[in-house]
Amino acid sequence: MRRSIQWRAGLILLLLALSILFLTPTLIDPLPQWWRKVLPVEKIHLGLDLRGGMHLLLEVEVQKAVESAMDKYASDIKDTLTKKDISFQQVERNSAGKISVLLTDTKANDRFNLIRSDQFANLKVASFLEREGKYQYLLELNPKEVKSIEDSAIRQGLETIRNRIDQFGVTEPVIAPQGENQILIQLPGVKDPQRAVELIGRTALLEFKLVDEENSLEEALKGNMPPGSEILYQKAADKETGVVTRRPFLLKKRALMTGDVLTDARTRIKSDFNEPYVSIDFDARGARLFDQITAENVKKRLAIVLDNNVYSAPVIQERISGGKAQISGSFTPDEAADLAIVLRAGALPAPVKIIQNVTVGPSLGQDSIDRGIRAAIIGSILVVVFMAFYYRFSGLIADWALILNIIYLMGALASMRATLTLPGIAGIILAIGMAVDSNVLMFERIREELRQGKTVRAAVDAGYDKALFTIIDSHVTTLITALVLFQFGTGPIKGFAVTLSLGVMINLFSALIGTKVIFDWINFKKQLKTLSI
Amino acid sequence: MQLLGKTNINFVGLRKYAFFLSAILVTVGAIAMVQLIRGQSNLGIDFAGGTSVQLKFEKPFQLDKARHALEINGFKDCELQQFTEGNKLLIQVKKTTAIPLGKVADKIVSIFTKEFTDNKFLVDSTTEIGPKVGKNLQHDTIIAVIFSAIGMIVYLAWRFEFSFGVAAAVATFHDVLSVLGIFHILGKEVNLLLVTALLTLAGYSLTDTVVVYDRIRENLRLRPRDPLADVMNSSINEVLSRTIVTSLTVFLVLVPLFFFGGEVIHDFSFALLIGIIIGTYSSIFVASPIVYQWRKDKKVRIRTRR
Repeated sequence: MRRSIQWRAGLILLLLALSILFLTPTLIDPLPQWWRKVLPVEKIHLGLDLRGGMHLLLEVEVQKAVESAMDKYASDIKDTLTKKDISFQQVERNSAGKISVLLTDTKANDRFNLIRSDQFANLKVASFLEREGKYQYLLELNPKEVKSIEDSAIRQGLETIRNRIDQFGVTEPVIAPQGENQILIQLPGVKDPQRAVELIGRTALLEFKLVDEENSLEEALKGNMPPGSEILYQKAADKETGVVTRRPFLLKKRALMTGDVLTDARTRIKSDFNEPYVSIDFDARGARLFDQITAENVKKRLAIVLDNNVYSAPVIQERISGGKAQISGSFTPDEAADLAIVLRAGALPAPVKIIQNVTVGPSLGQDSIDRGIRAAIIGSILVVVFMAFYYRFSGLIADWALILNIIYLMGALASMRATLTLPGIAGIILAIGMAVDSNVLMFERIREELRQGKTVRAAVDAGYDKALFTIIDSHVTTLITALVLFQFGTGPIKGFAVTLSLGVMINLFSALIGTKVIFDWINFKKQLKTLSI
Repeated sequence: MQLLGKTNINFVGLRKYAFFLSAILVTVGAIAMVQLIRGQSNLGIDFAGGTSVQLKFEKPFQLDKARHALEINGFKDCELQQFTEGNKLLIQVKKTTAIPLGKVADKIVSIFTKEFTDNKFLVDSTTEIGPKVGKNLQHDTIIAVIFSAIGMIVYLAWRFEFSFGVAAAVATFHDVLSVLGIFHILGKEVNLLLVTALLTLAGYSLTDTVVVYDRIRENLRLRPRDPLADVMNSSINEVLSRTIVTSLTVFLVLVPLFFFGGEVIHDFSFALLIGIIIGTYSSIFVASPIVYQWRKDKKVRIRTRR
C-alpha cells in the first residue's frame, strides 16, 4: 500500500511541477535570462476575442490571374504574328475567356498552326471554323495550366501578404491558406485596423502609362473614347476639409512598364515642402526600359498608376538614366510608408476580396479578460466554499482536485501552444463542472456505503469502485463529442473542443488518482472511525 | 450536511405530465429550428453574413438619436442594442447593402463621427462576414453536431443498450431545442457563441443522463426480478441528491458569469443557466421515462456485466 501511495503521489507532484514549469512564462514577465536558455518560454496565447486584434479571411480571385495570363498570351501571339509577317485580322481575348484568332488566308493558317503547336503548347484549340477563306480559332488554356496558374496565384499572394505584414510590424501574425482559394490572416493587437486592411487588400499593380495628349479629354468624358485609351482618376484629399476630389486623366491603355522591375522603394521627405514622397529603384532591365521610355517621350507626360489610380503625371523633362524614379502625391507620412511597403513586397498576382473581417478593439479585449477572470474567480470561490461546507473535510479534498485540475489544464494549454478564446473558456467551465461532478458522485456513493455501516476504508474503496464506471462513461461520451467537434468544427467551436477534451482527460486523472491517494494516505496513517463527509 | 434525505418519488409515473411539458418545449424549439432553416429567425451575422459594430461612447447617448443618424445616412434596416453600462451601442446590419463588404463598418463609424461631434467614442469591435462564410460555418456546424450525435449513440448503445443510446440522444436534443426555442421566443440572436453554449449544455446534459443510466443498469443487475418502473424510480431517487448538488455547483459558476461576465458572454451564460435547469429536469423526467415507455413490455437486455 505504501509503495502504491508513494508512486501515485510522485506522479501527481511530477505533473504538478511540469504544469507550473510550463505556466511560469505566462505568469512571470519578463523571464530571467537563465530561464530562457533551457526552460520553456511558451505562454498561453490569448485569442483575438480576448486580447483584441483582427481576423481576416481573404478570397483570392484566381480567375483574374487566369484572365491576365490569357491577355498575356493574346499579346504574345499578336507580337509573334506581326514579327513573322503573318497576316491576321484579329487576336484578342473575348468575354468568354478564350483567345479568338482570325486569319485571312491559307498560307497564314499553315504558318500559324506551326507556331501554335511549337510556341503555344499550353493553348489548345477549343473550336475552329473555316468560312469563305477565313480561318477562325478559339484557343483556351489546358486545364493543367489553369490549375498551376491558380495555385501559384495563391502561393505568391500568400508570400506577398506575408512580406507586407512583416514590414508593417505585427508580432505573432498568423497567415495561412485555407480551403481552396482562401487566406486566413490574424493580426493580434493591431491599433489601426483600417490601415492594415488597406495594406493587405491592395493589389499594388504599379504601371507607367503615357498621357494621351493627341485626343481631347472632354470628348472622351462625353463618351467618345479614342481606341487604345482609357480614363483614370487621380484622387486628392484636401488636408483641411478632408474632401476628396477626383481629377480625370486620358491615358494610353498600354502600360510601358510595370512594377515587377522594382528592387526597392523608400519614403523620403522633400526638403523644401516638407512633403513625403516615395523613391523607387529599378533593376537593370527596368533601368534600361525607363531610360528608353524617357528618352523617347521627352516633353510628354508619364502617368504613374497604382491599381488604376493615377498618383502623379509629371512631364518628362529629360532622359532619365540611373534607374531611379519617384512617386509624389499629397501623402501623409503613413500613406507614403504603406505605399513603399506594398511596392517593395510586390503586386498580388490576383486581386483579393475580404470575405470576413472581425476586429476586436483592445479596450473590449481587455474588458473581456478582466470581467471573465473576475467572474471565473468569484465562481470558483463559490464552488470551493460550497464543497467545503457541504462535504466538510472531504470537500477540501475535492477542492484540492479542483485546483489540481485548473493548474494541469493551464499547464497543458501552455505546453501545447493552444490559444485560449472565449468559447475555450466555456469548455473550461464545462470541464470544471465535470470535475466537481466526479467528486460529488464519489462522495455520494461513499455516504451511501457509510450509511450501510461499512468502515471508512471499505466505504471509500467501494464508493470509488462503484463511481468509477459512471465517471468513465460520462467522460468518454463527452470526449467523443469533443473530439468530433475538434475534427469538424471551425473557429470558435474548435477552441471549445480543445479545452473541453483536454479538461475531460485531465479530470479523469485527477478524479481517479488525485483525490483517492489522499484518502488512501489518511486511511494508511490511522484507522479512521468516522469520515467527515 | 445534506440537502435531501432519502426520497421516494414516482418519477416514471409522472411521465405523462413531463412528456406534455417537454412536447411544448420541443415544439417551440422545432418551430425555432424551422424558422432558422427558412432564414426567418434572428440569425446572427456569423451565419447570415452582415456587419456589426460596437461603439463605446464617453457620455450617455440617446438611442433614438443614433437610430435617426443611421436612417438619414442610408441605413434603414439595422438593429440597435444599447448597453447602459459603459455607454455602449451595438449596431447590426444584416443583409449586406450595396456598399461592398469591408466598407459598411467604415461608413457607420464615419456617420457617428459626423453626427455625434460632442460625444467621442471608441470602436470596441467590428465584424463583417460575407454570406459565403456564413453558409460554410452553418454547414460545418451542422456536420459537427450530426457526427457527435452518432458517436455518442454508438458508444451508449454499446455500453448499455440501443434504446438507452437513442433516449440519451433524444434527451440531449430535447434540451438543446428547448433552449433554442426559449431564445427564439425572447427574440435573442442565434450566433456562434450560442451554438457553443448549446454544445456545452449538450455535454452537460449527456453527463447527467449517463449517471442516471449507470445507476439503473447497476440496480437492474442487483434486482433482476423487480418491475422496470420500480428499478428506474429508485435509481433516479438514489442519484437525486447528486443531480441537484452538481447542478447547483455549475449554477454557482454561471451566476457570476451572467452578472459580471460582460456583454460579450451575457447571452452565452444566460443560455447555459436555463440549459442547466432544463438539462437537470430532462435527466430526471425525460431520459429514463423514454426508455421505460419503449421497453416496458419487453425485457431489457442490458449489458449488466461491465
